[in-house]
This record gives sequence, C-alpha cells and structure tokens, in this order.
Amino acid sequence: MAMTIHVDIVSAETEIFSGTANMVFAPAQMGEVGIAPRHAPMITRLKAGQVRLHNDGQEEQVFYVSGGVLEVQPHVVTVLSDTALRADDIDEAAALEAKKRAEDAIADRQSDFEYAKAKAELAEAVAQLQALKKIRKIR
Amino acid sequence: MAGGKEIRTKIRSIQNTQKITRAMEMVAASKMRKAQDRMHAARPYAQKMRSVVAHVAAASLEYKHPFLIERDVARVGYIVISSDRGLCGGLNNNLFRMLISDMAQWHDNNMEMDFCTIGNKALMFFKRFGANIVSQATHLGDAPAIEALIGTVKVTLDAYTDGKIDRLFVAYNNFVNSMTQTPVIEQLLPRKPSEEEEVKHRWDYIYEPDSKVVLDQLLTRYIEALVYQGVVENGASEQAARMVAMKAASDNAGDLIHELQLVYNKARQAAITQELSEIVGGAAAV
Repeated sequence: MAMTIHVDIVSAETEIFSGTANMVFAPAQMGEVGIAPRHAPMITRLKAGQVRLHNDGQEEQVFYVSGGVLEVQPHVVTVLSDTALRADDIDEAAALEAKKRAEDAIADRQSDFEYAKAKAELAEAVAQLQALKKIRKIR
Repeated sequence: MAGGKEIRTKIRSIQNTQKITRAMEMVAASKMRKAQDRMHAARPYAQKMRSVVAHVAAASLEYKHPFLIERDVARVGYIVISSDRGLCGGLNNNLFRMLISDMAQWHDNNMEMDFCTIGNKALMFFKRFGANIVSQATHLGDAPAIEALIGTVKVTLDAYTDGKIDRLFVAYNNFVNSMTQTPVIEQLLPRKPSEEEEVKHRWDYIYEPDSKVVLDQLLTRYIEALVYQGVVENGASEQAARMVAMKAASDNAGDLIHELQLVYNKARQAAITQELSEIVGGAAAV
C-alpha cells in the first residue's frame, strides 16, 4: 500500500473535499507544486487553477479554485480556497464602496427606508460593473 | 360593556394578526433550518483557518506580522453584526446593551471608537447614537456571500495596519440552540491565542513566495472567515429569535381571543336576557 496524505479542501462557505490521496498537485503562485506524503511544512498562495488529487488505480480528481492558500503539514494538506474572484484592486474598490455607504448613511438622515435600500442596490450594481470592467482588462 | 359588534370586529382583527404571526413563525422556522445548514457549512473553513493561524503564530517566524503583535491601545474598532429586520424579540437590543457596557471601559479612558456595522439595525442604532461609523454593509439577505463583506472588513483592517485603531472586536449573536442565543464580543486583532493551543514547536514553514506576502493574505482571510462566521451565526440566531418571538405573539393573540370571546358571549347573553324580559314585561302589561 502506497503512502497517502490527508487532503482537506474548504471554502469559506462550504467544505468541498475531505479524503486521502497519494499525491496532490496545486497551482501555487510561483508555479504548480506537487506534494507527496511527508512533505516539509509549507504555506503558499494559490492562483486560479486546478487542484488535482492522484490516487493509485483511480481516476484523477480535479477541483477548480479561484485562489486561496495552501498549507502543507507532513501528513495533512489543507487548501483554503477563495470562492470569490479576488484581486487587490477589486478589494480596494469594495473597501471604498463600504466606506462610501457609511458616509451616505450618515449624510441623509431624513431619507426613508425605501430610498436607502434603492441606494444600496444602486451602489452594489456600480461595484459589480467596476469589477466586470477590471476582469475584462485582465483578460 | 362594549357592544357585540365591536367585540366581534376586534376578535376578527386579532385573528388576522394571529394568522400573520403564525405564518411568520413558520417562515422563520424553515429559514432557521437553512441558516443552520449554512452555519455548519462555514465551520470547516473557519476551523482550518484557526488551526493554520495557530500554527503560524506558534512557528518561529522571521517576520512578525502586525496582526499578531500586541500594542498600546489608543483607539479601538468594533465590527457590529446585527439583523436587517426587526420583529425578532430582544436579539439586537441584547447585543447593543452588552456593547454599550463594553464600550464604557474605553469611553471612561477617553478613548475613541470606530464602528463598522453589518445589518440595518446596527446602522440605525449607531447612527442615532452619533457614533463614528467608518463602513457598513446592509441587506445581505438570507444567504450572505463573503464577497459582500470583503470591503467592509478591509476598511477596518486597513485602519488597523495604518495604526488608526489598535484593537478590533467583533460583536454578534452566537447561536447556541433554537431557544438560546447569546451576544458575544470577540477580540479579532491582535490575535489572542486560545487556551487549548499548546503547540510548542521550533520549526517554521517554507513560505512561497515569501513570508510577508503569504501571511498578509492568510491573516486577511482569517479575519474575513471569522467575520463571515459571525454573520452566519447571527443569521441563524435572528431566525431562531424571530421564530420564538412570533410563537409568543401567536400564543398571546390566542389568549386575547379567548378572553374577548368570553366577554362577547356574556354581552350576547345579557342582550338576549334583556330582550326576553322586555317581551315578558310587555306581555304582562297587556
């Protein structure tokens, strides 16, 4: 029996996979890494790509991640994957948005509930548009 | 004694209210189940995050991240998680009351506070309170997405990195079970090691590309995960509290209807008796 390593793939919203594998491949930031059992402890950032699990005599299992963190312990591999598309500038935009929302909320004291809600929805739509533009630029 | 017709209208109106509260109770019950599932789904990530960060904190780091270092407190930040809607009993008020008493210790030392509110109720409360709200997020819906929180959390994390705040807390309602929800205030930054952590080891990780970049991302995700967990816990608490509150309202409406029914019956009986005695009196006179 070949040596195996325990693999957990989790995202903030749900657990994606938990099981064992003989070999794990992950898209680390500086190139794909292959992790065999008894690998030295390591932490690395992941970029968007596939996490592949090899098991002897079985078909390869493939999971897509849009980024995240990979933690390696000698017998455990943990993939903390992001569900959302993340980039520093998108995060920045979201932060500005949240700030602006707070300022707006303080500014219009007399505005009623419906108006505030409509405004929040508008702000959300604007943020999404910005994100989309950015994604297009990247491609 | 009120007339029969008025009492009947009153009973009908209470019955209508009862129908609404009963419907809300059932809606809350089914939403609570889903919210609980979401809470359980979010747990593995938060747990893994905690253990990884615990390892990192215990590892002999070449680079000390500011999120892990205790420093003198001049200004504190709070992330307050509340519900968007009311009609959920004392849930939000209990949380705010606990917050106020917690805030007093900073206020007494003339320290200022920044707030980041998640949920409409917290926003309204702190707005009225005149507090300094730096960022907010409302209307996350029944299935809050982590994307909705990124910006809000980043504002406070940036404030911490820039030294504008020296401590960060998160306040939310912890879901114990469907009958009990307890307000909690947790310290997010600087990270407090929990009691069960006794990982004493001398090794360090291999960092790729380097420790600073990796730790930055890891610790940001860690805080986001904790806040997200707070949001889903609070969501489940909200539905549970609403279910209980609506059940109480339905029961009260039932009691009220029962009492009014008695009054109505008495009034009706009295009216009939009066009419009879009038007829009998009239017949005797003839």
